[in-house]
Amino acid sequence: MAPPADARLQLETVRLTALYGRRAAVKDVSLMFPRHTVTALIGPSGCGKTTFLRCLNRMHELSEGGWITGKVVLDGEDIYDPSIDAIRLRRRIGMVFQRPTPFPTMSIYDNVAAGLRVNGGRPRTEVDATVEGALRRAALWDEVKDRLRHSALALSGGQQQRLCVARALAPEPDVLLLDEPTASLDPAGTQRIEELCHELKTHYTICIVTHNLQQAARVSDYTAFFYLGDLIEIGRTEELFTKPTKEQTEAYITGRFG
Amino acid sequence: MSVRRLRRRLVSGTMTALVAVLSLVAVLALVLILGHLVAKGASSLDWSFFVKNPVPAGQSGGGVANAIVGTGIIVGLAALIGLPVGIGTGLYLAEYGSGRLGWVVRFVADVLNGTPSIVVGIFAWTWLVKPMGHFSALAGSVALAVLMVPMLARTTEEMVRLVPHTLREAALALGYPRWRTSLRVIARTALAGIVTGCLVGIARVAGETAPLLFTALGNLNFSTSVLEPMQTLSLQIYVYATGPFDEWHRLAWAAALVLMGLVLLLSLAARWAIRQRHGAAR
Repeated sequence: MAPPADARLQLETVRLTALYGRRAAVKDVSLMFPRHTVTALIGPSGCGKTTFLRCLNRMHELSEGGWITGKVVLDGEDIYDPSIDAIRLRRRIGMVFQRPTPFPTMSIYDNVAAGLRVNGGRPRTEVDATVEGALRRAALWDEVKDRLRHSALALSGGQQQRLCVARALAPEPDVLLLDEPTASLDPAGTQRIEELCHELKTHYTICIVTHNLQQAARVSDYTAFFYLGDLIEIGRTEELFTKPTKEQTEAYITGRFG
Repeated sequence: MSVRRLRRRLVSGTMTALVAVLSLVAVLALVLILGHLVAKGASSLDWSFFVKNPVPAGQSGGGVANAIVGTGIIVGLAALIGLPVGIGTGLYLAEYGSGRLGWVVRFVADVLNGTPSIVVGIFAWTWLVKPMGHFSALAGSVALAVLMVPMLARTTEEMVRLVPHTLREAALALGYPRWRTSLRVIARTALAGIVTGCLVGIARVAGETAPLLFTALGNLNFSTSVLEPMQTLSLQIYVYATGPFDEWHRLAWAAALVLMGLVLLLSLAARWAIRQRHGAAR
């Protein structure tokens, strides 16, 4: 059962098909993301969930041979419309990747400020305040406030990932895309990121790709199950995990394949 | 069981000894050269050697100040021409060089990399010395720059390619335009490696003689005009070493020691730059 479409709708895909050359990795997927909710994308490797995620901020088209048909609507506006500048669009949608990707030549502070600076000059005090705010939201401020000028590489893996969350939050996006954000983290780091999802959804609409079903169950309001590029089922997380309507979904979440 | 173990140990021991001996031979060559240079040249290294110009043949004393300054000018000018072109080509190859043009540029660079330096010298003579009507330091610098460019291009390309793809994606996802991603994130991350490549490239051309023989020519007097013939350490060594005077031979050894020291210094600087990079990568 799809979540209801209403004024709270932030992001929506309409019959989205994502292709690499002639091969479709995501087929005809229509999915809605209500404002300030967490939606988890689950499914076995190669099911297209990451490709789908990358369509939401137009990163997919940067892949070799990547193109799409269908629509992605952000706040009522089709982001694939020719009048939309993909580079500006990406500043409205934050993304965090599987592995932490701090910029190695930049300090902790400069990493968080990177997305702001690309938007053009801002007064120093404003940047300071935004950087602090982003680090606080990413629950990293207390750990790094005394060493903002140090290299970002001095941080642990889990801290680096939260730094990447802060960097994604600094330009004040509406949507946050998380692509298996805990895949390379230890349990403690994973827990911090999951807690963050809960805290951040009061301000952001979050879409998280995960291989970890328990994680999907813990952090998300809605869960979408992808298989071989098709959206098999979407529903409220507790319903999808307890009473899946499709045979394949049940097989996957009970561990019979994948 | 124990026989097999014994055999393994025997083979392992033999191979270890073999590679140890071979590396010793390699190191020995360098040690012998350096030792010989120091033995023959060090005694001639005094203040006047560095600050005085050559004296007429037959007289004793004098120095190679003109050659030291000339090496600095010619190599410096070569770097000024070669570094931007080489680094720019490398960036292009790494970032946009996946197409046909990239393949051609890469191929040309590889061929040029293997071209004997004397051939490059002949071309510099044909294209610069002949039309200008006289030998010049500038022609020498251009010849050295041509030698540097393919080396720098390929090193820069390798260094830029070493930057993880995920960094590029991270920058693009933040809303960085592509050119800004290339310069602010990718090139900056590869910077230490590129600097190392530049230092190694400069060190290599600093010792070149052949391409300078019919471009910069050499000059027994002190000159800083790039439009006139200029002396370099390598040319001075060539002239002095092949000359008939003992005094010249003595100076040639000393000049060789200075040149070797210069190259060594640049290599050490390159090492240092690499260390900085690895320090940053931790």
